[in-house]
Amino acid sequence: MSSPEQWTHPEPDAAPAATAAKPTAEQVIAGLRATDEGGADLVQLLTPEGERVTHPDFDIDISAEELRGLYRDMVLIRRVDREANALQRKGQLGIWVPLLGQEAAQIGAGRAMRPTDMAFPSYREHGIAWTRGVHPTELLGIFRGTDQGTWDPVEKRFHPYTIVIGNQVLNAAGYAMGQKFDGKVGDDDGEATMVFFGDGATSQGDVHEGFVWAAVYDAPLVFFCQNNQWAISEPTERQSRLPLYQRARGYGFPGIRVDGNDVLATLAVTRWALDECRHGNGPILIEAFTYRMDAHTTSDDPTRYRLSDELELWKLKDPIERVKVYLVRQQWADQEFFAGVEAEADELAENLREFCVNMPDPPAERIFSNVYAEGNPNLEAQRDEFLDYVSGFAGGEH
Amino acid sequence: MPQYKQFPLPDTAEGLTEAEILTWHVKPGDTVTVNQIIVEIETAKAAVELPCPWAGVVTELHAEPGQTVEVGVPIITIDTDPGGAAAPAPAPAAAEANGTSSGKIGEEMPGGRIATLVGYGPKSGTAKRRARKDTAAPAAAVAAPAPVVAPQPVAAPAPAPVQAPGGYVPLAKPPVRKLAKDLGVDLYSLTGSGPDGVITREDVESAVAAPAPAAAPSSVDNGARERRVPIKGVRKATAQAMVDSAFTAPHVTEFLTVDVTPMMELRARLKNHPEFRGVKLTPLAFCAKAVVLATRRTPDVNATWDTAANEIVYKDYVHLGIAAATPRGLVVPKVRDADRMSLKELAIALDELATVARDGKTAPADMMNGTITITNVGVFGVDTGTPILNPGESAILALGAIRDMPWVVDGEIKIRKICQLALSFDHRVVDGQQGSQFLADVGALLADPGFAMTY
Repeated sequence: MSSPEQWTHPEPDAAPAATAAKPTAEQVIAGLRATDEGGADLVQLLTPEGERVTHPDFDIDISAEELRGLYRDMVLIRRVDREANALQRKGQLGIWVPLLGQEAAQIGAGRAMRPTDMAFPSYREHGIAWTRGVHPTELLGIFRGTDQGTWDPVEKRFHPYTIVIGNQVLNAAGYAMGQKFDGKVGDDDGEATMVFFGDGATSQGDVHEGFVWAAVYDAPLVFFCQNNQWAISEPTERQSRLPLYQRARGYGFPGIRVDGNDVLATLAVTRWALDECRHGNGPILIEAFTYRMDAHTTSDDPTRYRLSDELELWKLKDPIERVKVYLVRQQWADQEFFAGVEAEADELAENLREFCVNMPDPPAERIFSNVYAEGNPNLEAQRDEFLDYVSGFAGGEH
Repeated sequence: MPQYKQFPLPDTAEGLTEAEILTWHVKPGDTVTVNQIIVEIETAKAAVELPCPWAGVVTELHAEPGQTVEVGVPIITIDTDPGGAAAPAPAPAAAEANGTSSGKIGEEMPGGRIATLVGYGPKSGTAKRRARKDTAAPAAAVAAPAPVVAPQPVAAPAPAPVQAPGGYVPLAKPPVRKLAKDLGVDLYSLTGSGPDGVITREDVESAVAAPAPAAAPSSVDNGARERRVPIKGVRKATAQAMVDSAFTAPHVTEFLTVDVTPMMELRARLKNHPEFRGVKLTPLAFCAKAVVLATRRTPDVNATWDTAANEIVYKDYVHLGIAAATPRGLVVPKVRDADRMSLKELAIALDELATVARDGKTAPADMMNGTITITNVGVFGVDTGTPILNPGESAILALGAIRDMPWVVDGEIKIRKICQLALSFDHRVVDGQQGSQFLADVGALLADPGFAMTY
């Protein structure tokens, strides 16, 4: 993939009028809230209508099998998401963080990674987890309150979920700096790191610090921002005067806005960005322009702050439908394939349901274990007192 | 065989305790599938659709639209094996039904819990608490008389009368509540002029301009001229404490009239002393000092009757309670280790105590574990009274108003500063002799502060 000079030194003209020193409110809204189009700089390879288009800087050569795989990934993870959401509504999970609508951004980015690359998720990255080989059942404990995720972050090259907004950007910057210091950067076999965060996180100091450190140390880090337009109830336009991808320029590295509902474009752009990083040309910011179709979490009610016509508009840009249309049009998939994926999704959902309702409650001493690597007398005293208290109840272990 | 499963209302957000049923999408007899949307509920946070956990046939709906249901209470019964032989319908979940009510804000639910904006307040009783191994039997006995209301099946709608929203919980926005608290205005005493009776900033401000008369609800009048104020909060706690005390500890009250002119002269001198610059030196401070000094000679008044242990607990410290009238009602914050304080320290501590109490910021911990109490009825211009003991304590001293009165000094009538003291004590702990000596000591110290030299 190309690395055109314009990413590092964008021409002033390239920026829309909203970058003027004092943009009008209309300009700001035009720049950000041309949201349904994403603006002129949006990289797109597959339109919402399922039409394959070209881009001067980014393209992708994709086989029928690969695209069917991406489609399957997206359908399965959407089904996992819906099932987990339903489990929360049945009282089986304390909370769930839906990814509905962001399947392409996550599957595209996740499938761009090599096994040696490292990923730092926030808490909505169920699709990334899927691409890293973390089974959806391993996520459930976090949301049921029984564990903090059961996968091995080193083995899966997938860091535990980070709940604190933007915090993982610092961890990722440090990790990528380490990759650089260890000499794992510089050629085709190099390593890279990708960190995932949302539009709301870009207002956090941690993210800013991560940008600064990664930039000054040339860290092989891809900042993958899923701009789903809403930081809970706060729209992007109230958080930035600039389209988010243009912020990268101020830190001295490229920023690209990609259609986050286009799995092909996301895959192409992210692959390019990771390659740049593994060759030593990082960091890079990707703004995946997408939309959160459901609530921020199951505790949220989006109807209180956003209009349903916005939702209706984005329904037309569904990330899965456009792939399905393209697959059919190309005659790359038949009804049997789609039915097979559906059946697989049903089975996965049932597994998830069964697994969830049968999850054992952790023993009472769990909250005390793993706080310190070695014992701590105070904590042990508290633990003993608590266990003694708990054991005083009639009937039941805890 | 039919297999009946009940779906309890889940907590759909973090930490919610209840939700209102908005719409049922199914009715008894309907066939349902897993994840089919069966009902829409509204919590404090959001309107939410609930999916069905099982496939089967709806047997019964346990809550009607408009009803507020507690989390964990079954809302629907589903027969997950309808192909099986017919069997009697399951017994209605009677015991659980006391978790449901129309649940409007401020309305009292069965069991005495009050619906608030964020739930139902603390649970009373032990009905839902898990039994401890050693106390299982008594707990069950307590739980038994709890009101049990039969559920209202939707099939035969006979809804309980739904009270109008509002109730007595004052509706006001948080900044207005803050304002009211800062200004010492009791929101319960106001009528909101805003939409739906919401109390506005103006309501609070005008209440300060024309302070409401002290709340003394009368029950002898009729109709519109009556005002019913629920017994709760500090009022309720006070009432409970007073009743407990009055019917537990046999009270004896003694009175003493004292010429406190020397104390007032000393006070005038000290006020001009550099060491007491900026210190609010009140008669109460002298009284407090006198009390802690006198307890040394009569430790009985500072002791506690421990019924459970069948012991009298003598204390080598004095946590002096000061009864304070506040916008919230009577509170009795404590001066810890008052016996180790100088007069100046006591004066400062009392001033801080009063300020905190008036602001309604006295922490519950600051009101606990007193050993003896002073009630300063004199600030209201009252001469004396028969104070009731703070529960757990053995003595309480009422300090009356200090007045210019004719007094016989050296055979002549002079105008002197006269004050009445009243001491109530628990006759189980304190005999008349000790009580009298203590009261006499306090009186002597106030009548001639120089006596303190002898302690």
